[in-house]
Amino acid sequence: MTRDEALFEFLLRLGDNTVVLSHRVSEWIGHSPVLEEDIALANTALDLIGQTRFWLGLAGEVEGKGRTADNLAYLRDAWDYRNLLLVERPNGDFGKTMMRQFLFDAWQSLMLGKLLTSSDPRVAEIAAKASKEVAYHLERSADTIVGLGDGTEDSHNRMQAALDDLWDYTGEMFISDEVDEVLSTAGIAPNAASLKEEWEELVGRILKDATLTIPDSSYAHKGGKSGVHTEHLGFILADMQFLQRAYPGASW
Amino acid sequence: MYAQMVKTASNGVKSHDEMSDKERAFQGRIDADEKIEPKDWMPDDYRRTLIRQIGQHAHSEIVGQLPEGNWITRAPTLERKAILIAKVQDEAGHGLYLYCAAETLGVSRDELIEELLAGRMKYSSIFNYPTLNWSDMGAVGWLVDGAAIMNQVPLQRTSYGPYSRAMVRVCREESFHQRQGFAIMMKMATGVAAQKAMAQDSLNRFWYPSLMMFGPPDADSVHSEQSMAWKIKINTNDELRQKFVDQTIPQIEYLGLECPDKTITWNDEKGGYDYAQPDWNEFFDVIKGNGPCNKERLAARVKAWEDGEWVRDGLLAHAKKKAARVAAE
Ligand SMILES: [Fe+2]
Ligand SMILES: [Fe+2]
Repeated sequence: MTRDEALFEFLLRLGDNTVVLSHRVSEWIGHSPVLEEDIALANTALDLIGQTRFWLGLAGEVEGKGRTADNLAYLRDAWDYRNLLLVERPNGDFGKTMMRQFLFDAWQSLMLGKLLTSSDPRVAEIAAKASKEVAYHLERSADTIVGLGDGTEDSHNRMQAALDDLWDYTGEMFISDEVDEVLSTAGIAPNAASLKEEWEELVGRILKDATLTIPDSSYAHKGGKSGVHTEHLGFILADMQFLQRAYPGASW
Repeated sequence: MYAQMVKTASNGVKSHDEMSDKERAFQGRIDADEKIEPKDWMPDDYRRTLIRQIGQHAHSEIVGQLPEGNWITRAPTLERKAILIAKVQDEAGHGLYLYCAAETLGVSRDELIEELLAGRMKYSSIFNYPTLNWSDMGAVGWLVDGAAIMNQVPLQRTSYGPYSRAMVRVCREESFHQRQGFAIMMKMATGVAAQKAMAQDSLNRFWYPSLMMFGPPDADSVHSEQSMAWKIKINTNDELRQKFVDQTIPQIEYLGLECPDKTITWNDEKGGYDYAQPDWNEFFDVIKGNGPCNKERLAARVKAWEDGEWVRDGLLAHAKKKAARVAAE
């Protein structure tokens, strides 16, 4: 695997995470528990779309076949998507959506932190832009996790159920493969496994404040990073890509 | 217009002689274009009418998220998706400003929301129409936000200070909405055949409902006079509708689309277009709850509110615990 091949894969992973998660989050707009949340969720979705345009834009550039961010988002099928399974999990209730967001934000903030010093300046530049947004996402999702975990009995139980349900989808973040090896050797990106300890520390601290218990399971569902997804991604893409697929070549 | 057929909480306009001294002084301030502020004395009917009007306006912004929200996950490009989300987010923000303005009159946001969800307060009839193709995202911005602007620009001069200031903020964003809507229409109208067909289909479906947004013809509007004397309604329904038609017809021509009203003709004498009235029976049906989406729109809001109860309760309980812990330290 060449360095550019590895970088292309890695950029798809980043951009596919944000495009799929923004899609999920945007499903809430107009339906959230309180008006302020409609606005905040829209904000998160917007930030993630912005990041997608950067990551996938750069991916297309690195690939060198003239594909744009839109081409990559709208014209690849599920097996070419490289996002974590976590971000394609269905929204569930608001608690589950925020738990998914928190588990991802914690990882993304650490990842971007490392990418700030990437040896590839294009990567470092995007990371610098995105990390400010993601710091805010993390602050907000962590607050919500603590507020609902340490809220009423009902909200506590729902948050615990959300954590139990999503926990097995977090391990995939830390599985390293050839892409990681090539890029970490080149100083472009950290090895996935290297983020694990810090993530566990960060997540553990917030979940403790939230009075939630980390499930006693080390099983990790995986496959997203190499294109083997859950059944849900196909439906996300069916929605998202409908117009581009139904009217090929049209300009919007 | 996001506030349609708001019932003025009084019967007819009071003459100068019928007014109490306080009422006369109040009307004098309004006539002198002074702003009424929350702590100022105001007639009960003025307060009640404003609560209805601002509340209905706020509800329209909130329910108005739904028809456009319907296409967010299917937006055709990342940029279009971002613009659409930002637009819908603005509408939620408008709802917030307006609920805040209503709160200065002594009614809480939750109380107003309960009235909406119980079906006792209305929102604009336009949001009971479905969005069936992507071009509707253009038509809504162009026509629906466009019609809303017609009403909201003059309302920046309304007599009630907080409402007027909310309108100033809202108007700034609405003109962006209208422009982005028109930009989508341009893309569609100059696109491939299927896109042109979508654009025409959108216009066909949204033309008359947009005209309905201004409310029934003046001759049939019984609630206007007092509200106009109070400057919480600035123009009549027919004035605004005429302005809207006059502005929109050249835009339709520019897009190369056909107005579904085949009777449209320029009238030199009045300096405006003659146009066909929408089907007012349909309008009253929609107002009564029989529009194509009334049930779904309200059900979506009810579901959001009910499903969200545990979240609101949980966050409130946590805030109380936290405050108690701080107090105990
Ligand atoms: Fe608005
Ligand atoms: Fe708007």
